[in-house]
Amino acid sequence: MLENRRLLRVLRRTVVQAVPTILGIIVLNFLLLKLAPGDAADVMAGEFGAATEETMVMLRQRFGLDVPVLQQLLAYLGNLAQFSLGQSPRYGMPVSELIGQRLPSTLMLMGMALAIALGIGIALGTAMALTAGRWPDRVLSVVSLIFYSVPGFWIGLMLIVLFSVKLGWLPSGGQETIGAGLTGIDYVLDRLKHMILPATSLALFYVAIYGRLTRAAVLEVASQDYVRTAAAKGLPPLAVTLRHIVRNALLPVTTLAGIHLGGILGGAVVVETVYSWPGLGRLAFESVMRRDFNVLLGVLLLSSFLVIIANTLVDLLHAWLDPRVEVR
Amino acid sequence: MTTTTTTEVIASSSGSWRAVRAFFRNPAAVLATAFLVFVTIVALTAPLIYPEDPLSMVARPFLWPGQNPKFLLGSDSLGRDVAAGLVWGSRISLVIGIAAMALGVTIGIVVGATAGYFGGRIDDALVRLVEIFQTTPSFLMLVVLVAIAEPRVESITVGIALVTWPTIARLVRAEFRSLREKDFVTAARGLGYGHLRIIFIEILPNALPPIIVTSSVIVASAILMESALSFMGLGDPNRISWGSMIGASRETLRTAWYLTAIPGIAIVLTVLALNMIGDALNDALNPRLSGER
Repeated sequence: MLENRRLLRVLRRTVVQAVPTILGIIVLNFLLLKLAPGDAADVMAGEFGAATEETMVMLRQRFGLDVPVLQQLLAYLGNLAQFSLGQSPRYGMPVSELIGQRLPSTLMLMGMALAIALGIGIALGTAMALTAGRWPDRVLSVVSLIFYSVPGFWIGLMLIVLFSVKLGWLPSGGQETIGAGLTGIDYVLDRLKHMILPATSLALFYVAIYGRLTRAAVLEVASQDYVRTAAAKGLPPLAVTLRHIVRNALLPVTTLAGIHLGGILGGAVVVETVYSWPGLGRLAFESVMRRDFNVLLGVLLLSSFLVIIANTLVDLLHAWLDPRVEVR
Repeated sequence: MTTTTTTEVIASSSGSWRAVRAFFRNPAAVLATAFLVFVTIVALTAPLIYPEDPLSMVARPFLWPGQNPKFLLGSDSLGRDVAAGLVWGSRISLVIGIAAMALGVTIGIVVGATAGYFGGRIDDALVRLVEIFQTTPSFLMLVVLVAIAEPRVESITVGIALVTWPTIARLVRAEFRSLREKDFVTAARGLGYGHLRIIFIEILPNALPPIIVTSSVIVASAILMESALSFMGLGDPNRISWGSMIGASRETLRTAWYLTAIPGIAIVLTVLALNMIGDALNDALNPRLSGER
């Protein structure tokens, strides 16, 4: 009961803080995009070759681009209040539908990348901390620093060269074998195969971050009194490490995983380009290029939402795992 | 007060000497610094090493590295010299990395110092602003900014600065919040010093170590961001950069992968050197923490 009340208070605080942030993001993004030279009508006219002045006026009128910016902003906010992200002039369909098509692929990619980053990062960090100062620690530290310095798109291309061109083990792009008509377990395996390389490219940077974080956290926890107690009462070293040290060291790592969601989403823009992955990042990039600002605004808004939701979940998780966390 | 200031100065200068010595005792730091000095010299002397435009076609296309001693690193699909591209590309990486860091750190210090020093409503408003920036995925934001402002060296630099300043602002704010309660700040207030003087002459020097460490990491991440932008075709079209070399070689990845590998190695080594320097600076400036990292 008390526990739930505490969690509710954490939740309420986060939500109250999130509302002005989201409003700020919408207004800022909207004004930023309106500052841009050129709009969807310009780009479309450019692609058709030439367009008469009348056609341009008509296009703008149809997209609602002919009224003052403030009025456009109010119209957009009014749309949002009705849970509508507006229409895409480009695709001629609702923005929410467009995003809905792309969101699952990106979420899957990000989820897999995060899982790889956490799994390998925590293992790497624990290994470094347990051998702190000796050669395995040094070697792994250098390895993680290299992971931290490699551009995601480059490692993506190099993985393609190695695993799909030279070895032929994994596909070099797309998210499924087109026209294979696979079903059941074969389908799942096919999707997984397509995901391994992009997710790894995306994860590498975060493997390094979690590795270093885990190392520091494990070293700190290992010097605590209760660890000495556990060892003194005769527990085997492995049990001490896993149950007493690593479990407690995970707290700071999980906290940061939520914060990194935004970064992973940004990285997805590049990795999706490398692997022609039909996701949200690709959609955002295409809509910038086509000045399809309704779609872009929708993607920006949604990604901010994702980040805020992840932060809230992390706050709750943190409060649940560690009873000392209280409402500030 | 004059005497205390003098002793403070002496103490801090001997402290920074200790830090410099500690930095150069670290072999990794020395190696990384040497490499960066080398890259800087190459960037500065690019017009002397390769006087010709690196975008001009000088050789048979698709020469592999070592195939022709005149073109040590080979040539690309249009017969451009890869080595010349590498040398000229280092200029873009370094210029954008350093300029974006300088601009971002300046904005971050001004915002963070204002928020942390004054507190109250100003602090609330600025923290909100930082939060807005940190909630939007920064690379996505950067793509939008650069695409809108037309990709040029200046717009890329400003764009990277705009997405990195929040990191510095948070850091500086935290430092200022803890430092403003210290006795030496109270003493400075008692002497009737103005806010500007207290912020920049009294508090800022004490907050510098973490800012310096973060700055070197920011140069590294700015170089990474620039290369990713150029790779996606959002680089300055008139300049060759490591990222744009990789972007241009994508079409021929299957047959001529060295065109992708070589510029990438240049990026990795440069960024790695900067990150190593960041680590070494951290160890040198926070001797107490060095054991934990």
